[in-house]
Amino acid sequence: MSRPELQAPPEIYYGDTEAKKYTKNTRNQQIQADMTYRALELLNLPPDEPAFLLDIGCGSGLSGEILDDEGYVWTGVDIAPSMLEVALEREVEGDLFLQDIGQGFGFRAGSFDGAISISVLQWLLNAETSHPTSSPPHRLSRFFTTLHSSLRNPSRAVFQFYPSDDDQIQLITSTAQKAGFGGGVVVDYPNSKKARKVFLVLFVGGGGASQRVPEGLEGEEQEEGKVPFERRREREHKRVKGGKKKGIKDTDWILKKKELYRQRGKEGVPRDSKFTNRKRRAIF
Amino acid sequence: MVRLITHNLLACHVKGCTSNNFPLAFKDVQIELREAEMNPDFLRGFLPKIDWNALVGAARELGDTSLPAETPEMIDEEFLQTLHHVLLEIHVEEGTMTCPNCAHVYPISNGIPNMLLAEHEIG
Ligand SMILES: C[S@@+](CC[C@H](N)C(=O)[O-])C[C@H]1O[C@@H](n2cnc3c(N)ncnc32)[C@H](O)[C@@H]1O
Ligand SMILES: [Zn+2]
Repeated sequence: MSRPELQAPPEIYYGDTEAKKYTKNTRNQQIQADMTYRALELLNLPPDEPAFLLDIGCGSGLSGEILDDEGYVWTGVDIAPSMLEVALEREVEGDLFLQDIGQGFGFRAGSFDGAISISVLQWLLNAETSHPTSSPPHRLSRFFTTLHSSLRNPSRAVFQFYPSDDDQIQLITSTAQKAGFGGGVVVDYPNSKKARKVFLVLFVGGGGASQRVPEGLEGEEQEEGKVPFERRREREHKRVKGGKKKGIKDTDWILKKKELYRQRGKEGVPRDSKFTNRKRRAIF
Repeated sequence: MVRLITHNLLACHVKGCTSNNFPLAFKDVQIELREAEMNPDFLRGFLPKIDWNALVGAARELGDTSLPAETPEMIDEEFLQTLHHVLLEIHVEEGTMTCPNCAHVYPISNGIPNMLLAEHEIG
């Protein structure tokens, strides 16, 4: 089967059925989670500081749930109503917008402390109509220009994506540069067919640290093509199992995760309260 | 969910609409209140990003008059608690947001604002 972005426009491809299937698939959950952790690592946010992040193409909130767990406040945008609906059902904390990123953002200058985007950018490379504003270069340019201004200086935006060839990487990086970004492409496990992952790491200003693009992960892929994060996730998955329903986080698990982050010396983890994993209820 | 934390950052992005395009005006809103965990460090960090007048105005539109007209000089616990509530606990579930400049209407349905533009509105 060809890649999803070649089959139909995103809001059609991710209709009700696919949105549910995509989100429930545990293998997919794991892959998206691992890439989210890696993106956060590449984002290189100042430690011990709370941050307000943008999740570009947030979908059903698989990354958003991790941002919640990590104590970040975030906003998500996506073009597929069915994906956003699943995100609502999963009760993610972030504010959600129905938005075509190729049309650009209206966020005020310096709104976000960083942005992540997992498995989305390749969707911008396919034109859907013949109108000039829907050509991929135009959409990419509108996207990067308005994203650049909505990010704080200094900060970073990290994208994991699936380019089909080097020309696409070239178009994307050159458009981002014209929009004012520094940075470049990081390839993890470049020699592994399964574990290879492409990240675009963009800097606004100095990018929060040195201007150097981080190194990709090297070496032998771990355990049949898995990146190291997956093993940690697996342990967590095993722990959660015990008869619990998939995809629903129980309070114990959240508390345990918070405890884990605290032990690792992470500040800014919300303190436990009676609201931890509370059920939301309408007041009126 | 639109909360005032994101509304305060949101300007109109219609083609050519570049001045007087903020803040978007709420109309016909239905709101829900949901308690959220308070994080004073986050609020302190976020404070410089806030357009205060816009926040006070938007909160009024939603029926909340708890904010002082100006940011206080002393940022104490009580103020942070008020700010926390206004920014993060009031959810606009239904209604519209209208651009004060070009009058484009962004509908909010099920807590999600529709930011999609028509072909001729794309910059
Ligand atoms: C593979 S999913 C990834 C979702 C989420 N980031 C995750 O990791 O689970 C790709 C997402 O990109 C979204 N998308 C594609 N084109 C888009 C566009 N032009 N504007 C906003 N979102 C878009 C799709 O609707 C879909 O939710
Ligand atoms: Zn406008």
